[in-house]
Amino acid sequence: MSGAPIFGLTGAALVGLGLFGLLVQAAVLRKILAFNLLGAGVFLLFGVVAQRGGTAGGGADAVPQAMVITGLVVAFAATALAVVVALRMHQITGAATISESDGAEPGGSDAA
Amino acid sequence: MTLDGVLAGVLDGLLAALVLAAAGWTLAAPAAFPATIGFVGFGLLLTLAWVRLGAPDVALTEAAIGTGATGVILLLAVVRLRGGEEEVSAATPGRALVLAAGLLAGAVGLALALAVLALPDPAPGLAAEAAARTAPLGLGNPVAAVLMVFRGLDTLLESVVLVFTVLAVWSMAPDRHWGGRPGPEFPRQDDGPLALLARLLPPVGLVIGIYIAWVGTDAPGGKFQGGTILAAMWVVAWAAGLVQAPSVADRRVRLMLVAGPLVFVLVGLAGFGIADGFLAYPPALAKPLILVIEAAMTLSVAAALALLIAGPPEHPPERVT
Repeated sequence: MSGAPIFGLTGAALVGLGLFGLLVQAAVLRKILAFNLLGAGVFLLFGVVAQRGGTAGGGADAVPQAMVITGLVVAFAATALAVVVALRMHQITGAATISESDGAEPGGSDAA
Repeated sequence: MTLDGVLAGVLDGLLAALVLAAAGWTLAAPAAFPATIGFVGFGLLLTLAWVRLGAPDVALTEAAIGTGATGVILLLAVVRLRGGEEEVSAATPGRALVLAAGLLAGAVGLALALAVLALPDPAPGLAAEAAARTAPLGLGNPVAAVLMVFRGLDTLLESVVLVFTVLAVWSMAPDRHWGGRPGPEFPRQDDGPLALLARLLPPVGLVIGIYIAWVGTDAPGGKFQGGTILAAMWVVAWAAGLVQAPSVADRRVRLMLVAGPLVFVLVGLAGFGIADGFLAYPPALAKPLILVIEAAMTLSVAAALALLIAGPPEHPPERVT
């Protein structure tokens, strides 16, 4: 059971890192990457809870593990949607950020 | 502490340091492409961490979906989102905002770390109950039992989420492309490593994918992990130009996409008649019913993931002559 605190602290650090990246990075794609790091940290915390909740001989707690599997699939779906929205935004406005003050020309190239 | 314990602690510490280093690189890399490569490395390291946490089912999912499928989508997007450096540097927040964000993120991370260290001991959990109720259903993998029986509604809704995501991605296409084939079209490769890989890998990968989906009820694996491998095999052949994506108007594609959730709902409704209620199974029939759902779901997961990787239609539909 020695791994639990180490990976628990790793999960906490990943949430911090991901949140920082999500706030500070300007490019949409980098924000999506940071969002995935944040999610990975949350999942790792679930994994630590699952390992700690395990029985002596029966392995880890299956309930949080199953939740993480569900979460991973939904996180993938959210990432796929976010990437497509970012690409479409880039296609229409030429923008690579979601900054409100940028001077990207609206109605750029919808011809692609 | 025994020598094994010390060694395991050192290994876990190294692994945790590598995971954090890869995460740091993903954020700090100078460009999007190295950052995405860093993210894929991060995912593979995290897969090892899941193995160390006694979660082989999660490790498989992390490697297949969290790293593989997500990585492909991000890499395809990086290539298309080139440029815009000036815009990005203009939109990057100033020092004061970075400091404030750092303080906020640091505080959240620290609070979580303290919460981890303060977790109750002995830890409460449902491990014993889940394990005890898995065997009477004829299943060998408690994670599969949680996904399909104890919390089947979560999994049903998740499978519907995948269908809706495909619809949302398709709806990003301009009107005139509706009915076209999703995603970019790759030129047919007849020579080179990709051409070889796309011919040698799929036969092996299809068997492995189906096997991993099939053993899921008794061993680590299942529909999501197996379905992702099946989707990956299609993506390899697609990227080598050997197969074309089917039109979004193709009824067979749509049927494949909804087959899993549909079978899941029908078996769930049958639970009113043959068991205690929605998504309940009579113990004697539990395993066969679950395998039927898993088989249909494997097909739908593979279709959904392949379509999500391909993206919205990018060309007007071809005129049938």
